[in-house]
Amino acid sequence: MGTPSPLSDSTHSPVNNWATHQVELCYQCGKCTAGCPRSERMDVSPTRLIRWLQTGNQERALAAQSIWDCVSCQTCSARCPQGVDCASILDALRQMAVTRDTVAPARRRIVAFQQAFLDNIRRNGRLNELELTASFKLRAFRHDRAIGPLFQDASLAPQLRKRGKLHLKGERVQDRAVVARIFDKCNGGAA
Amino acid sequence: MKIGYYPGCALHGSSNDYEQSLRACLGRLDVELAEIQDWICCGATAAHSLNHKLSQALPARNLALAEQQSLDELLAPCPLCSMQLLKVSADIKDTDARAELSAIVELPLEGRTRVLNLIEIFQKVGLDTLASAVTTKQESIQAACYYGCLLTRPPQIVTFDDPEEPQSMETVLKALGIKTVDWNFKTECCGAGMTMADEDTVLELCHRILENAQAHGANCLVVACPMCHVNLDMKQPAVSRRHGTSPMPVYYLSDLAGLALGLAPEELGINRHFMEATWPA
Repeated sequence: MGTPSPLSDSTHSPVNNWATHQVELCYQCGKCTAGCPRSERMDVSPTRLIRWLQTGNQERALAAQSIWDCVSCQTCSARCPQGVDCASILDALRQMAVTRDTVAPARRRIVAFQQAFLDNIRRNGRLNELELTASFKLRAFRHDRAIGPLFQDASLAPQLRKRGKLHLKGERVQDRAVVARIFDKCNGGAA
Repeated sequence: MKIGYYPGCALHGSSNDYEQSLRACLGRLDVELAEIQDWICCGATAAHSLNHKLSQALPARNLALAEQQSLDELLAPCPLCSMQLLKVSADIKDTDARAELSAIVELPLEGRTRVLNLIEIFQKVGLDTLASAVTTKQESIQAACYYGCLLTRPPQIVTFDDPEEPQSMETVLKALGIKTVDWNFKTECCGAGMTMADEDTVLELCHRILENAQAHGANCLVVACPMCHVNLDMKQPAVSRRHGTSPMPVYYLSDLAGLALGLAPEELGINRHFMEATWPA
């Protein structure tokens, strides 16, 4: 196994030097795609994404929907006979896609969720689930104007409450200033 | 035995039944949990997806706090937290990376803390000790041990059990006199953090897992991950509506261990799950 390659030395802006990810080691056996729980629903398979990086077609990879279908289960990286850390490569592609604004429109919901998550952590230090749910749904609505998803899982709220799992007031860490400084130093998310 | 404790956001949020369960169960085994003071979120999938540096810094801050509070061993019962902590533990073996992260998190950082998952705590207690502490035989349970993704992957980071055919949960349950089944989906993904952003994916993956466990004779699933529990338990009614899946209770590992050690379901928070527990009186 190769050592997991560091994404970047500089803050926040991921290097587009695919050599650090050893993409050239891939011999296209397809094991990553075979084990991927999402591949049958993907527009572009993990194997092909790696091939595009090998052949200089990075722009196509950055616009693929499948980089957002990835659930980061790490199966591809665990099974690669060449030690290519495919899951980390997809992390890098996602960061670049957000920075360059090439996120496939049909997958902006997922970015909206992750950005809402990080905003929440920056503010509170710990996740506030109710706040995250509300802010994600509003962000997603702004993108797709779909009413249905706004109310998805709304019926869960009373059931969570009954089970003592709904916290109207979320936890916040005491030293929130240091959390904000950490975010600043890491460039405040890729938004 | 005193162990440092990093609950992570889920266990202080809607997965607080998991915290109740492991506190009750480990309390019975004289394991004292010392929670890191003022711990912060590990950043989870959002950080490693959107900002690599942040995905290092947030767990690094927690490792540094653990060191400051003299917690050499740290239980992180959420495998995603655990994996993020282990990833940065590996990264800071590099002196430059350690210095940089130490500056970002504004604390000294040496990399002394050993990060453990819940199964490793049971292993530390010892299988013989577990076996001798059993008070209530759980004869009717046929458990499918579900590891999900991050207890064993990526193997070069978490270095725990076999990533294709793990057995550590089975070994713990067998020591407690609980039967387990062989099945095929123990390391498949449940959809993880996509619960809200991509529900279709979660419903489909969970259906496959539940169906395979049932096809192999299991009458419950056992997990050691808050997200796996959310997807397989809380979302199970939605899974059944979409895919016609038969209902099945989903327990935390500490639930079944706690029951064998004589704790009542209510003490473990099993009554707070969505899927009803089905074991004989």
